[in-house]
Amino acid sequence: MIELINSIVPASIAAHAPALLVVVPLLAAPLAAFLPNGRLAWLLSIIVTGVSLMMAIILLAQVRSIEGGAVISYAMGGWAPPAGIEFRIDAVNSLVLLLVTAIGFLCSIFGLPSIEVEVRKAKQAMFFAAYLMCFMGLCGVAATGDAFNLFVFLEISSIATYVLVALGANRDRRALPAAANYLLVGTIGASFFVVGVGFLYAATGTLNMAELARMLPAVSDNTAVFAGYAFIFVGLGLKAAMFPLHQWLPNAYAYSPSFVTTFLAATATKVAIYALVRFLFTVFGLEFSFEGSTLIWILMPMGIAAMVACSFQAVFQTDVRRTLAYSSVAQVGYMLLGISLGTAAGVSAGLLHLVNHALIKGALFMAVAGMVLSYKGTSLNDFRGLGRTAPWTMTAFAIAGLSLIGVPLTAGFQSKFALVLALFESGWWWAAMIVVFTSVLAVMYMGRILEGVFFRAPLNPNKPRREAPALVLVPLWILALANLWVGVNAGFVVGLANDAAAALFVGGAR
Amino acid sequence: MSGDMLITLAMTLPLVIAAGIFLAGRIPDIREGVTLLGATSLFIVAVLIARQVSAGAPPELYLGEAAPGLEFAFKAEPLGAMFAVVASGLWIVNSLYSIGYMRGNRERNQTRFYMCFAIALCGAMGVALAGNLFTLFVFYEVLTLSTYPLVAHKGDENARRGARIYLMTLLGTSIGLLLIAVIWTASLAGSLDFVPGGLLAQAENVTPLVASILLLLFAFGVGKAALMPFHFWLPNAMVAPTPVSALLHAVAVVKAGVFTILKVGVYIFGIDLLVSTPSREFLLAVACFTIVVASLIAMTKDNLKARLAYSTVAQLAYVTCGVMLAVEEGILGSSLQIAAHAVGKITLFMCAGAIYVATGMTNISQMRGLGQRMPLVFIAFFVASLSIIGIPPLAGDWPKYELMQGAIASGYEYVPIILIVSSLLNIAYLLPIPILALMPLPHGEEPAPYKRAGGAPIFTVAAPCFTAMLCFVLFFTVGGLGDFLKPAWDDPARVELAEGGAP
Repeated sequence: MIELINSIVPASIAAHAPALLVVVPLLAAPLAAFLPNGRLAWLLSIIVTGVSLMMAIILLAQVRSIEGGAVISYAMGGWAPPAGIEFRIDAVNSLVLLLVTAIGFLCSIFGLPSIEVEVRKAKQAMFFAAYLMCFMGLCGVAATGDAFNLFVFLEISSIATYVLVALGANRDRRALPAAANYLLVGTIGASFFVVGVGFLYAATGTLNMAELARMLPAVSDNTAVFAGYAFIFVGLGLKAAMFPLHQWLPNAYAYSPSFVTTFLAATATKVAIYALVRFLFTVFGLEFSFEGSTLIWILMPMGIAAMVACSFQAVFQTDVRRTLAYSSVAQVGYMLLGISLGTAAGVSAGLLHLVNHALIKGALFMAVAGMVLSYKGTSLNDFRGLGRTAPWTMTAFAIAGLSLIGVPLTAGFQSKFALVLALFESGWWWAAMIVVFTSVLAVMYMGRILEGVFFRAPLNPNKPRREAPALVLVPLWILALANLWVGVNAGFVVGLANDAAAALFVGGAR
Repeated sequence: MSGDMLITLAMTLPLVIAAGIFLAGRIPDIREGVTLLGATSLFIVAVLIARQVSAGAPPELYLGEAAPGLEFAFKAEPLGAMFAVVASGLWIVNSLYSIGYMRGNRERNQTRFYMCFAIALCGAMGVALAGNLFTLFVFYEVLTLSTYPLVAHKGDENARRGARIYLMTLLGTSIGLLLIAVIWTASLAGSLDFVPGGLLAQAENVTPLVASILLLLFAFGVGKAALMPFHFWLPNAMVAPTPVSALLHAVAVVKAGVFTILKVGVYIFGIDLLVSTPSREFLLAVACFTIVVASLIAMTKDNLKARLAYSTVAQLAYVTCGVMLAVEEGILGSSLQIAAHAVGKITLFMCAGAIYVATGMTNISQMRGLGQRMPLVFIAFFVASLSIIGIPPLAGDWPKYELMQGAIASGYEYVPIILIVSSLLNIAYLLPIPILALMPLPHGEEPAPYKRAGGAPIFTVAAPCFTAMLCFVLFFTVGGLGDFLKPAWDDPARVELAEGGAP
């Protein structure tokens, strides 16, 4: 398969794939804004995200052509690093890029029916333009090898996200304060990050991440480096919705258009976690991050606090989207817990959960979006009896829900199993107990929804409620089946996660 | 037929049946024909597997890895083959019974009912034939999830509440305790295979403390074994239609639970490691406590199904008790109890269902003199009660005998006393029901009338009579069964054989 891809791709495209991945959506976004209607913009965004997805697959094939993973360095504009901006693709971000572009592509497909209902007609083309900007920003964060460039992409994606969240105002006016809140917090996070990068630049005189990694050990007792470490940690923590910096997330997810929620839930926090991992392991290095400072003792308790507190909050929500939003923060906790172990098994489990959670939440929010089309409410009571009127949508929802709980034969089981095994191997059996305890909480909050869906009569049977259209069902079922596939045969994904973890440890060892 | 072929059949047949039931859903006669035909072929497959096991060539099937280290592997061995034969054989009887019951009661959603039943049998087969702990765990959960719609079948608030308790208890214990135990075992032993003589016995660094905690996690994590305090789901699950209680909550589900404990005891710990695990004695005491207390609670219940449910809780604890004795007689007693109790309890539940279909009665106090109208049902009930109590020549006698032997051999003097007390309690709460029903009422009173014209449908009477006869048959064939099961724990390396083991 890998040889096949590598052999059929023309050399010119293969050589410039890292740039094309980002440049194509960047150029397409303003074009989309000038298109006369939403339908054309939708077609454009499908093509563009499809091209990016192909580039991501090409990159993955290139990285995996060598045992253990190649490192692709691409000098943007021909300016050699460290002076120029470098895109640096290895086993870690080729995985993240594949995830972001694949989810972006699937989301694009289902975009049209959802947007036509939830966003005013005049703004639909602009909406897709903002979406492509957001998509481009996330890809850029994942691809770049330059710390300041990473900040730029982070800001591009964030600003586009504020716009996207605010467009939910057509459905629910509370989207406006949610967007404003997110804007405020997100800007603070980005500022913290850029201040941290500034400190590192002051200490080393470079912004290239590989150069930073090379030069930082010599100045590792410099206070400026510690300050930079702290600023970057908090800044990216805000973006990743790390507990207790997650307050922006539930409202942003609950009130933005369904399409935006689906895309963000499956990608935005994942990319922020990737950036965090990249800085912790590659830039600062294992030694500095996990032994030279006490900060790592914050990461683990925060992960656990998120798992417990937000799972409890999810149990007491009355709105399906808010339940899922709080669950997202809790799931971020699982990933951070795995990463905070500082072992290859732990990081691999964290990354595996990162991928699986994107599949899970993507499917869940997509199913919710499908129901919003014909039936406006998203409260628990609104979902009663939907299993009968929309069996296909709700079966996919149930599969993803079981995967979220971690039932065997689903993706969620694989990552929880890997996580608990990694915890045991590090001797953290008490943390393993907390993981399973919060899984039981997941049984409660998903069980409540599923019981209503399948075993209760609808509250107001006369309200129209239909199956979601095919444009929603197809990507939804692709994600649901991906959950089952990973649950039955996780070899491929686990292999990717293991290689990624190994690459992080090689990068950290100097 | 080759071994892997047989196992493939055993695993896929139930799913094919489920699909067939779905397709034939509009025509009830064909739908039920599919069920019966499928159940019969599944039984034949299970018997063929058992024959290969007894011939010394146990069928195996390796499907591949779910993730590195987590393999889907099936391997038949004596205990599992016996469980598979019992579950699939009783499914045939129960399907006949279901037809009478569901039609007689005019239940709704019958297609969903039969489909979930078939999927549940797939789960039971997977548990029975699993070749490692991971596969067993997966099918354990399949069984839990597929039976949830059956418990919630009626769909009213009461049924939903019972089903919620059912699901939360079984999922909660299996994720919260059993899964931890499975993963811990994986990290200790480096694999999850069932190894004759015990997987953990071979592993290093299994200290008595670790083994103790693991054993506790396993024993309480298998919620389906209904060890107190995780027994309450079983009485709550009695909101299900009676065929569900009969096959699932007397045979497939609960027996999958105790079977898991048996498997863990024999193949994960091994008898030798079990002996040196301190928490074993605590669990033995918990099992004895469960036996007595559940029997006492059963005496207070006037609702027939509730009384049978608590009786099941007590009888299941026999199996746990036998495993925790950690001697060969105890394991043999436990294995026999799985088969003997299955046959006896399914009879009792089917009788309860027949009474309900015919008269709408659920309370024991209303059933006085009813035997005049339904003599066959109450005679079957009487025979099965005697079997549960443990009176020869009925199947239930053997497990109690072996357990007593085991208790004496291992030196726990209080266990035989508990077993005797339990038998006395069984007499007190089971026997009055058929006796009072069969005795004529004084002063020419008339027993309660039929609600359904014509009384109980013929299938709902014939099925319990058949299984009651099985109680006799099993008594006389138990010697062969003992020989069949013996290789499960008889390590060829161990030279000395316990005397007086096999009946």
